[in-house]
Amino acid sequence: MNGSDFVEKIKPHEDGFMTTGSNRLGHIDIELTERCDNNCVHCSINIPENSPEQKRELNTSEWKKIISEAADLGVLSIRFTGGEPLLRKDFSELYLFTRKLGIKVIIFTNARKITSEIAKLLSKIPPLEKMEVSVYGMSRSSYEKVSRVPGSYKEFRSGVGLLLKSNIPFIVKGIHLPDNLSEKEEFESWASTLPWMDQSPSYSGSFEFRERRDSDSKNKIIASLRINSDLNAEKKELTRSRLDFLEKFIGPSGPDLFSCGAGQSGSVDAYGFIHPCLTLKADEFAYDLKDGTIKEAIFKFFPEKLKVKASNPEYLNRCSNCFLKGLCLQCPSRAWSENGTFDTPVEYLCKVAHKEAKDIGLLKGDEKGWEITDWKERIKKLEEKGDDRDR
Amino acid sequence: MTEIDKNLKYRLTENVVSREIEGEIIIVPLTAGIGDAEDDLFSLNETGKAVWGYLDGTHSVQEIIDLLEKKYDSEASGITDDVTGFLNELLSRQIIEAV
Repeated sequence: MNGSDFVEKIKPHEDGFMTTGSNRLGHIDIELTERCDNNCVHCSINIPENSPEQKRELNTSEWKKIISEAADLGVLSIRFTGGEPLLRKDFSELYLFTRKLGIKVIIFTNARKITSEIAKLLSKIPPLEKMEVSVYGMSRSSYEKVSRVPGSYKEFRSGVGLLLKSNIPFIVKGIHLPDNLSEKEEFESWASTLPWMDQSPSYSGSFEFRERRDSDSKNKIIASLRINSDLNAEKKELTRSRLDFLEKFIGPSGPDLFSCGAGQSGSVDAYGFIHPCLTLKADEFAYDLKDGTIKEAIFKFFPEKLKVKASNPEYLNRCSNCFLKGLCLQCPSRAWSENGTFDTPVEYLCKVAHKEAKDIGLLKGDEKGWEITDWKERIKKLEEKGDDRDR
Repeated sequence: MTEIDKNLKYRLTENVVSREIEGEIIIVPLTAGIGDAEDDLFSLNETGKAVWGYLDGTHSVQEIIDLLEKKYDSEASGITDDVTGFLNELLSRQIIEAV
């Protein structure tokens, strides 16, 4: 026996506990509902609060069975998201059940349904991960132009106030929309006053089409919002961390469609189907947990399904050969929500990636990422520039 | 460090949940105030793992020491120090309580 330091703190990510291994799983996402009390103009996965789809949602015992299996597989953290997860009447019961299994919980919420009872529960039994609160505006007018629900701003403020008062750790996230863009400074200034914000708030990266491909009219609105977003954003600067990221991920990806880590964990939707990632809702990659197990899905179903390769000539000519992989958000999920196939280039994402590549000096004029053969030299030059700047 | 009464039996408090993952004992706080930070999780060293299974409220500290002495064929004094040191650490973190 060997004494001293009997009890050691662990960092689950650094110590390998969040990594999917043979027969074990570190993390899983759970979309408790697709219903939301907001009706955000840009959202890719919300249906009305009282939608009849509620009847299709898993019941409490079905969720508990799934969460228990996740625990048996070694899951150490679960993200509860939606829709708005706090709309579930059994949220507290499911939260407590999960925590009592020794699982950390990450809650994605708009904070409108944070009541004093919920705050009391989260204070007594902490999630062990910071909650993430989406913020749509700093005034009633700007917030409700996005949420499109009268009274939602007041409830959001009340929820955030309760979290603060109860000392429940949370961070805030924003999204750049025409109706709140002028408030960016005010938002960031307020965010910096929150005790758990150890860096600037993140912003939703892109405006994604509906994950269920369920609303052409909403997709049209989302497409129109893009004009005011990334493409018109200020010139992107190359930070050291961005450069490190590029060095790691830049380069043509070839015909493999799933080189992103999808399927190494999973996302269970409100109706009991597990998907390889949070945003991919296509039937082809969905596995029904009502007739099977998470273990079967992660270790047999996904590995087999995700071997699929691109066959669309346009994708093979462009995306497969494009070295801007680390800059481009093109993926099977976005291709599907956008085009209904997994291997069609998403023109919007292509434009955004090319704009950033030009901003940081990887491309000139009308050059296309898939035409460039000396991309390794270009990255090297960027590295040298970055090193000079860091000196 | 408080003196551990070797006649006492200890068990996990309701403040924590313990899990075994890939051969490691992971202690996950359930209630607030166990860790120093909001997201602290803990694991046990080899001594901790050897003692952990006996913290079920049915073995006295002396019984645990005797069992480990037989198992490891070690000097009793070394084992006594290890076990009491471990229990002290668990007590200070509110992970165990006397039955």
